[in-house]
Amino acid sequence: MIIEPSDAPHLGEVIVDARGIEKYFGRNHVLKGIDLKVRRRQAVMLIGRSGSGKTTLIRCLNFLEEPTAGSVQIDGLQVDADPLHANTRARKEQIRQIRLRTGMLFQEFNLFPHMNVLGNCVEAPMRVRGIPEDEAIATAERLLEKVGLSDKRDEFPARLSGGQKQRVAIARAMCMEPKVLMFDEPTSALDPELVGEVLTVMEELAHEGTTMIVVTHEMHFAREAADTVVYMDEGRIVEAGPPEQVLGDPEDERTKVFLHRYLSSFADREHVHNPELPPAG
Amino acid sequence: MTAADTPQSASILAEIEARQARARTIFRLKSGATWLALIVIVLVGLYATGNIDTAFIGLWGPFIIGGAGLTVLVSAVSIFFATILALIGAVGRLSRNPYLSGVAGLYVALFRGTPLIVQIYFVYLALPQVGIVLPAIPSGIIALSLNYGAYMTEIFRAGIQAVPQGQREAAESLGMSERLVMRRIVLPQAFRIVIPAIGNDFVAMLKDSSLVSILAVEELLFRAQLVGRQNFRSLETLIIAAAIYWILTLTFSFFQERLERRMARGDR
Repeated sequence: MIIEPSDAPHLGEVIVDARGIEKYFGRNHVLKGIDLKVRRRQAVMLIGRSGSGKTTLIRCLNFLEEPTAGSVQIDGLQVDADPLHANTRARKEQIRQIRLRTGMLFQEFNLFPHMNVLGNCVEAPMRVRGIPEDEAIATAERLLEKVGLSDKRDEFPARLSGGQKQRVAIARAMCMEPKVLMFDEPTSALDPELVGEVLTVMEELAHEGTTMIVVTHEMHFAREAADTVVYMDEGRIVEAGPPEQVLGDPEDERTKVFLHRYLSSFADREHVHNPELPPAG
Repeated sequence: MTAADTPQSASILAEIEARQARARTIFRLKSGATWLALIVIVLVGLYATGNIDTAFIGLWGPFIIGGAGLTVLVSAVSIFFATILALIGAVGRLSRNPYLSGVAGLYVALFRGTPLIVQIYFVYLALPQVGIVLPAIPSGIIALSLNYGAYMTEIFRAGIQAVPQGQREAAESLGMSERLVMRRIVLPQAFRIVIPAIGNDFVAMLKDSSLVSILAVEELLFRAQLVGRQNFRSLETLIIAAAIYWILTLTFSFFQERLERRMARGDR
């Protein structure tokens, strides 16, 4: 299924174009032919049961997992799946170029613990892009302010809360000016009271037109921030469309069952997220 | 209101805390006194046999203690080179290149699988036969470095593997090359993980450096033996040597402990 929101004039050209993505872990068939297009300024939320392949899909998009088949095109650069020859120098460089076009956020944040907040943010811009120090610092400070953490620039990650860590990670990823930000369940490792501050930042980014792909279990957030919600099941995209349709009036039986179960079992959790909450710190 | 909130029970809690602290201090003092008592008993016992020559100790003690400088120097230089070797060895062991991995693997297997004393003799006595003639001190340092480098390679390898996979993934996601990921993200973290183990190895090195006395390097043990044998007074000279080794390792352990505690604080 290819996602082409019909009435979305604010969306730009296609940034992410994944075709026929297949992924096996050993004999385990995890992705069964995924086609996914994401346009500039589009916010795509991937939902579905755990084990449906959402995380594997975005990890295939920047080759943290080598897809078994298919191709990934990001901002004009196409890399085909080639698991047998994945380790040649030329291909590694191609994958690096793909990664320069994408930003990735992890469940566990993965800030570099031996560098302070500012160091985390300027490391890749300076050493990978070769941006001069003062310029990299200025960009980092601007983005830290955006996520509400200007005052933490000299702290080490160990002194930050989970929510603050994830917000620093967002600033760090954005310092590389990626064409698309990919979030892998960014709030799953957080204490419930810290989820809101991260979702608030992400919602702001989505509304400003940041291109993003988000694997999430936060349905309320998906409804507020998504242009497109994609429901995955057993390695396939089952349903995709605007949030009010997929979340409000799903066509597919599996989506209905998922949402029904999900919303009933997670009813308490929905109250925790309050988009009006200002970023703490 | 819980019990702890009443002023009365707060004073009881404070009293309990104070007593526990006092008990800990008393325990420490008693166990320290036991050390002291045992050492004094042994020394007094030896002295009582009438075979300890204090004048001899006064005469030759300073000469023996003078060897401590070389002991520390040999150990420090060796641990430095061993660390570099271990770093290269560990990266080699983990390399996907089979030749690099093979070289590093052989190095570790060979130097861990043969006695240090054989390696010391080999460098000093065997290599000259193929035209490589090295003075005693460099020979000792080379052998110690190679031997400890092999052990430390395994420590470093474990340290590198202990850095969470997510760190590499985050760095790679930012477009960093494999080399950059290793140099800027993995190794600095691995280094912090292995510092306690390196400290232990340095203490072991201080002691094992005594083996280079067999090459007539004038370090602590060599001087103690030299003086002791000539005068048939090995009891005095070896007590002095042992005491100096002990003081050196205790001093180093003390600083190492403080360093570790400080680093642990930074992590929190």
